[in-house]
Amino acid sequence: MSDTAAEDAPRMRRARDGRLVAGVGAGMARHLGVSTAVVRLALMALGFAGIGIAVYFALVFFVPNEAAADPAADPATGPAADPAGAHTEHARRQGRDLAQLLAYLAVAGALGMLFLLFGGLFDPLLWLVVFGAVGGAILWQQANPAQRDEWVSATSMRSRKGALRAGAGILLIVIGVFGFLAFQQQLHEARAGLTFAIATLAGISLVAAPWIIGLVRERDRERRERIRNQERAELAAHIHDSVLHTLTLIQRRAEDPREVQRLARVQERALRGWLYQRPADAESTVKAALERVAAEVEEVHGVPIDVVCVGDGDMDDAIHAELRAAREAMVNASKYAGPETVSVYGEVEPEQVLVFVRDRGPGFDLDGVPPDRMGVRGSIIGRMERHGGSARIRTAPGEGTEVQLTMPRIPGAE
Amino acid sequence: MGDNETFAGGAAPPRVVIVDDHRLFRSGVRGELGDAVDVVGEAGDVDAAVRVITEKQPDLVLLDVHLPGGGGVEVLRRVLARQPEVRFLALSVSDAAEDVIGVVRGGARGYVTKTISGRELADAIVRVADGDAVFSPRLAGFVLDAFAATDAPPMDPELDRLTQREREVLRLIARGYAYKEVAKELFISVKTVETHVSSVLRKLQLSNRHELSRWATARKLV
Repeated sequence: MSDTAAEDAPRMRRARDGRLVAGVGAGMARHLGVSTAVVRLALMALGFAGIGIAVYFALVFFVPNEAAADPAADPATGPAADPAGAHTEHARRQGRDLAQLLAYLAVAGALGMLFLLFGGLFDPLLWLVVFGAVGGAILWQQANPAQRDEWVSATSMRSRKGALRAGAGILLIVIGVFGFLAFQQQLHEARAGLTFAIATLAGISLVAAPWIIGLVRERDRERRERIRNQERAELAAHIHDSVLHTLTLIQRRAEDPREVQRLARVQERALRGWLYQRPADAESTVKAALERVAAEVEEVHGVPIDVVCVGDGDMDDAIHAELRAAREAMVNASKYAGPETVSVYGEVEPEQVLVFVRDRGPGFDLDGVPPDRMGVRGSIIGRMERHGGSARIRTAPGEGTEVQLTMPRIPGAE
Repeated sequence: MGDNETFAGGAAPPRVVIVDDHRLFRSGVRGELGDAVDVVGEAGDVDAAVRVITEKQPDLVLLDVHLPGGGGVEVLRRVLARQPEVRFLALSVSDAAEDVIGVVRGGARGYVTKTISGRELADAIVRVADGDAVFSPRLAGFVLDAFAATDAPPMDPELDRLTQREREVLRLIARGYAYKEVAKELFISVKTVETHVSSVLRKLQLSNRHELSRWATARKLV
């Protein structure tokens, strides 16, 4: 098992979330697509066979950590740091799961003790006990996940409960094993001391574990809180900086109303972006892409462009071309139609995407445009027709101009 | 939004109360509107607004969407329960869907953003005071989105579906056409355009259409 994993090493990463020691077990389980419990128990068994520990350390050194799940996470602050803080589920998974670790240690301890007591791999009694213990561990592991989550969730009251359960588990296993051995008359007097020591250890950990776990969790929570505050401060600083900067620029350019308006619009858009950021990726949906094109033209030419878009859908190559044509139309409107707002309207229908770009400028005589003027004929009409769409231009002197773009959608693109 | 025939006849300017929590903005609007309207009162929060409106009985309230004490929707709820004849024109810096649809469903007869020019605002006020509806291009876009055609049969065809004509009118408004231009484009009168828009407004306010509520829920409205 570990051999195949080693051969496929480039795709295997040590897990960052849900690791117990160094993430080898969890990483390998993810890589092989089997339960982490199986991998961990197998590694443990190999450990007693003599090679597991070596394999484990080799994997720790040769297998890199997986990349941080959250790009904002600073690896230096440790795996428990969750800067977003909102996803408690995620936050919980990032830390080492102490209760789990305890359970595995208990299993390992029990196995070790059995080897000590039986002194051989081939004693059938040993395997009986091992199977029993492994079965118990897997049952515990596979217990209703929601319930298990509750046992190990982040609130200190519950974590205390979880630790108590883990401790009780250990105690039960120890009692079970020793009871079994005593029943089998295998326990010699010399080992009574060992029993005593182990029982004492179990008692102490039963008392100390909840307190230690509580401390660790408290520290994790404080760290998360600190990171969250830091993020908030950064956000506030960013907004203040950009707004103050723009206000200063506006005061300096007060004599140029067009520039002032441009600055105000750019800043308004930036702020809106911060405050109501849309989840949609700017490159992947028609609405977001149309708004982005309008924003870019507006920033360059300083004429306000209002975008209204009805419906939405995925981009394809033809629609990319349509948006380039729309951009050209917006640039023309900004250049020739004066300072009045340009209206852009997009409508995404199942079969086609319509874009209207309308200005309230002087308009022009369409037939009077010389044939060598590339702007309208090449960039708009030609581009649309090359991609299977069409463009219409409605204009008359004194009535403004409206460019109407129609592009059929590729069937099944929805 | 084009010229207005009714007001041009020399009727008394509409009596208006301005409700906005920014004093600077209130005095700015007052100055911009000039003689076109008669500003009879101002208020800066929900309680003051309800008090002033009850006292002054204005034709129209210019209502900010974001107000301390419950927002513009709360003013609409409390005033319209007792004075259903008062007309509201919502005014906001935000053009977020939840704000727009929220106040329109709350009873406002129009929605404009604060970047609107003084002349256009005066036009919109007169129009709403006359009982018509004022749709900005963005509001028209939201409504088209909300009533987007689906295969699901409407529960109440009368309220849950836009007619072909209404859809055409809304699309032209969304494209930036003024009422007058819409009328010219569709070969109908400005009055007919106003009728269509008012009818859309009624559907928007009264419809319990499944898609509309789902659309609203997706944007955390209602």
